[in-house]
Amino acid sequence: MHVPDGFLDAPTSVATAAVAVVGVGVALVKARNELDDRTAPMAGLVATFVFAAQMVNFPVGAGTSGHLLGGALAAVLVGPWTAILCLAVVVLVQALVMADGGITALGTNVTLLSLTAVAAGWLVFVAVRAVLPRRPASVVPAAAVAAFASVPLTAVVFTLLFSVGGIAPVAFDTLLAAMVSWHAVIGIGEAVITALVVASVVASRPDLVHGARPALAVRELEIRSGS
Amino acid sequence: MSRPRVSRRTVLVVGLLVSLLVAGVVSFYASSHPDGLEYVAEKAGFLDTARDSAAADSPLADYSVRGVEDERLSVGLSGVVGVVVMAVLSTGLFWLLRRREPRE
Repeated sequence: MHVPDGFLDAPTSVATAAVAVVGVGVALVKARNELDDRTAPMAGLVATFVFAAQMVNFPVGAGTSGHLLGGALAAVLVGPWTAILCLAVVVLVQALVMADGGITALGTNVTLLSLTAVAAGWLVFVAVRAVLPRRPASVVPAAAVAAFASVPLTAVVFTLLFSVGGIAPVAFDTLLAAMVSWHAVIGIGEAVITALVVASVVASRPDLVHGARPALAVRELEIRSGS
Repeated sequence: MSRPRVSRRTVLVVGLLVSLLVAGVVSFYASSHPDGLEYVAEKAGFLDTARDSAAADSPLADYSVRGVEDERLSVGLSGVVGVVVMAVLSTGLFWLLRRREPRE
């Protein structure tokens, strides 16, 4: 869903750049609480993996394709503030080195692919986790639902931006329907990849999964009271 | 009950190898169809409002290494370079940001 230069007018691009700067600025402060000697290398790995996975477009029928966004995946693995930074670095490297996503659209792409995708993914994840049994394994389905939802939700925010600052006059309803329906299909791929990756990390080292911490804290208490 | 713990180093090494494999090899088999946004933009008739990025002259633009004719090699190399750049930049950033252990 990388927005190229030219889709959005200058005022909208400036506004999204301001949003991106503020959002990343807040994340730079807040991420300190999620990062220590143990988690910092994991966060670097997550950003690197998301970059790699985004290179692999999977077909979604009728001549269209999609790729992992990774916002929900990163948020579940390393925490939402760190995930914002992960995705921001991905978008920055893609725009500057690979010419994937525009330069004047950099603020727009950080707003969408980092801030929006991570926020949507994390909030849905937390909501689903709350209704599931409190154990590390619950993190996997919660992450899958969050990953699925994050893609059409990000498409909705793109459509809102386009309705405000799109260069071309396109009817809002038509664009919204097309964007949400295609990205719901892409969201299935997002959910599958996210579930596979989260499940492998939960199986090997649940303590390295940020989203599994509440469940692990409960288990630790139970073990202690039982001894 | 509990299986032997996989070391953190193993997780990091395996993760990095998987990333290199995905970006360096699997990427060649990626679908070349337009992505969701491009497809919708084309159908809605505004794909032509896209402008070339100012970075379009980058030697790695569009995930291919300029001058490398073999497509498999070109895509794969760009992916490997991208992974190395990402690993250095992001790990460096997070290492600088991390909370230091309380000083003794």
